[in-house]
Amino acid sequence: MVEPILRAPSQYWMLIMMWVRSSMAYPASFVLMLFSSMVLTVMDFVAIVLMFSHISSFGGFSLAEMALLYATASITLGIADLFTGSIERVGERIRTGTFDAYLIRPVPAFLQTAADGFALRRIGRPLQALVVMVFAFSRLDVDWTVARGIMLVVSIAAGTVIFGAIFVLGAAFQFVSVDSAELANSFTYGGQTLTQYPLAVFGKEIVRAVTFVVPLAFVNYYPVLYLLGKPAPLGLPSWIGLLSPLVAVVMVALASLAWRGGLRRYRSTGS
Amino acid sequence: MGVYWAIAVRSLRRFSTYRIATASGAFTNTVFGFILCGIYLTLWHERPGLGGYDTADALTFAWLQQGLLMPVGIWGATTTGELGERVRSGEIAVDLYRPTHLLLWWLSVDLGRAMFQLVVRGGAPLLVGALVFDLKFPSTPQAWLAVAAGVFLAILVSFGIRYLVALSGFWITDTRGMEQLALVLSTFFSGMILPLVVFPGAIGAIARATPWAATMQVPIDIWLGRNPGGTGSALLFQLGWIVVLLLGAQLVTSVATRKVVIQGG
Repeated sequence: MVEPILRAPSQYWMLIMMWVRSSMAYPASFVLMLFSSMVLTVMDFVAIVLMFSHISSFGGFSLAEMALLYATASITLGIADLFTGSIERVGERIRTGTFDAYLIRPVPAFLQTAADGFALRRIGRPLQALVVMVFAFSRLDVDWTVARGIMLVVSIAAGTVIFGAIFVLGAAFQFVSVDSAELANSFTYGGQTLTQYPLAVFGKEIVRAVTFVVPLAFVNYYPVLYLLGKPAPLGLPSWIGLLSPLVAVVMVALASLAWRGGLRRYRSTGS
Repeated sequence: MGVYWAIAVRSLRRFSTYRIATASGAFTNTVFGFILCGIYLTLWHERPGLGGYDTADALTFAWLQQGLLMPVGIWGATTTGELGERVRSGEIAVDLYRPTHLLLWWLSVDLGRAMFQLVVRGGAPLLVGALVFDLKFPSTPQAWLAVAAGVFLAILVSFGIRYLVALSGFWITDTRGMEQLALVLSTFFSGMILPLVVFPGAIGAIARATPWAATMQVPIDIWLGRNPGGTGSALLFQLGWIVVLLLGAQLVTSVATRKVVIQGG
């Protein structure tokens, strides 16, 4: 049980490096694609900046505070998309029957599906978000301590894991319904769009749903509220922002169960 | 004429076969509709009457935007994507020796796709949105007619742009850069990231003059009856871009046809 898990990182690394080498065969093309990925994904922040040409506060958040929300949402989704986003193509592999090939190779099918077509250019999204984060912190007056720094880094890692788990859950559902790849987009890309705004503006029901059902609020909202010293909605305690690693662990457990369940269900194609 | 109608009908049938994929796509459009409504409600609460829209206009915009996204093909469409792929791979040769016009053939394929997606990917989210929120609908038969014309012309404008991008493959071997550029321009200038009425000053004026405005912002404004120069001038604006784009597309088609060399085998 332990040995396959210890071997997984190096196996995954080997698989993605293969794709990185192939994309580096045309360096100029890679740089252009990386650049256009940054331009395309920064549009959501451009929209926020355009809004702030008319308003000075959005749901009680200033532009710099919105920038921090945007940056944390975009970094976490961007890294999760980079490392696990390809898994959404599993439905196509199930339909065509090429998924069989993954099952007979000496590497877990999960790693092969997650690494399939690894596109390093997707790092454009977290990169532009990092620039926005630097902008946010240059304008914000955060009382920095070592503990807060660690908390920020840990929350971003936990948020990334939560989004990654949602990608895997969406992929696992495709074992049941092959053509439903786009369904997961509601929670991944939709989740990113949602979490780059202060969730309280969407109303109490939505806040409840993204706290207790699909825990998107733990990706960045509660940690950012804690960091900025703002009160949590629904009368929740402010230390709820420290719980995101715990939520990430629960999500990973759920995603792993779902993926295993899906894999057991797999019967290959009939043709 | 009959042959193009037949192509469009078959294209519509082809797209109607992917039922689960269409349903999950419509679900995603609906989720995004709700998210946009939350954002717009806050924005118009902070600045009532922003850009000449009231809250009902803004909410309707959110659902129409999600409804038009796929039919119009703001982020590209399967059909013109396939055309680009055929240009790259050389399969376009098969299309060229058919006794039909290349542009009209692919236009028919695209219209068949658009009509199916308009009903399902456009209708379903709008229905959900109308059940939850108080949305605006055109009130007179003439207004509905203008909306139908505006949406049809929007699809034509979008097709013109996508066709030109696909045919750029005759001259440049790697069209991915071109496709990305088209995607960025379309996302920014169509009203996809934010209604163009919210764009401040000169950026707004420039955005509203581009062909991408004619693909989303203009038909939505026709629906809302909010076009600055009236519905007639909005339709003329769309027609103007269609003439430019389709003339360009026809020119590019004939130049490309003369240029292409098919390897015998």
